[in-house]
Amino acid sequence: MSAEDMDDEVAKKFLYVNRKAPYGTIYALESLEVVLIGAAFEQDVSLAFLDDGVYQLIDGQTTTGIGMKNFSPTYRALGDYEVTKLYVEKESLEERGLTIDDLMPIVYEDEDDDWEEKPSIRVVSRKEMADIMADQDIVLSF
Amino acid sequence: MSTLHTINKSPFERSAMASCLAHLKAGDAVLIIEDGVVGARKATAFAATISAAMGDAEVYVLGPDLQARGMNEGDLVDGVKVVDYDGFVDLVTAHDRTQAWL
Amino acid sequence: MKLAVLVNEGPYTHQASDSAYQFTKAALEKGHEIFRVFFYHDGVNNGTRFTVPPQDDRNLQKLWSELAEKYNLDLTVCIAAAQRRGILDEGEMKRHGKDGNNIAPGFRISGLGQLIEAGIKAERLVVFGD
Repeated sequence: MSAEDMDDEVAKKFLYVNRKAPYGTIYALESLEVVLIGAAFEQDVSLAFLDDGVYQLIDGQTTTGIGMKNFSPTYRALGDYEVTKLYVEKESLEERGLTIDDLMPIVYEDEDDDWEEKPSIRVVSRKEMADIMADQDIVLSF
Repeated sequence: MSTLHTINKSPFERSAMASCLAHLKAGDAVLIIEDGVVGARKATAFAATISAAMGDAEVYVLGPDLQARGMNEGDLVDGVKVVDYDGFVDLVTAHDRTQAWL
Repeated sequence: MKLAVLVNEGPYTHQASDSAYQFTKAALEKGHEIFRVFFYHDGVNNGTRFTVPPQDDRNLQKLWSELAEKYNLDLTVCIAAAQRRGILDEGEMKRHGKDGNNIAPGFRISGLGQLIEAGIKAERLVVFGD
């Protein structure tokens, strides 16, 4: 079954939940790989970053010292894959002494608005995050 | 529309249980499996959080995981229900989606 | 109902594969359809036929392979995660010039698209991980 065969079906809402910091485990990287492959299936995709998952979006990741590939640029490319909804939990940021200014600037070009650049990161409250989760068809946790 | 939340880690090891319970919506269910079951014991530092969650959601524990860890229904916070794997399957089908808190 | 299962961890080190197996078995015995069991991250390690676990405890690979045979289950191992961790079938072995392969009976290697498809086609997706 290929991505093209899915055309007749109503797009499902897929939520990818990220709660772990990057590099200490592979979950951040490999979940991103699912998002990229999944983009071809034209479903309604959102990413949630809460708890330590917010660290995946921190700006200025330099991995040469640990000898691992810095995969954070991939988040910046998500807009090109039409993945434009990156929900970051406000309380998770605050508990960690972070603000949106600590995160990478991630944007997408809105084709319905003259290709205007818009932010993909949407900071939401814990309560709003619960509502977003409750609205999904499929929730993938890693 | 409701969610079955699964939690598999002890609240003393991971923040998953605390985080899950902070994201519940009325009508949801929580199923605690694997090492998570230790968090459902009565009189732990976490018991009040479990009790509070029951205001919104039904809380279940997987019986086989309880027994494996030398516990039984009598050890649990009041109101927590025990199900087996059949019950786990029923919970999955009864709710609109399953969300794992790892 | 049509269910799908995602297994994120390998055998023995985490309970995830056991929990997934017990859940899958219960669902099948209740008459539900399991559209696919997808193995990702270290979950691909459930798919090697070279394990020799102690005889007095369960053999997870055999349990999964036997369940697959009994119910014609689709056990899919993610190719990208498998390449990282050294789970190969004959095709992968030849493609990458390796001197052996280890995929277990009943398991097949395929792309991440199979996980997305399972999410689309199944009515419920249950995740077992760390």
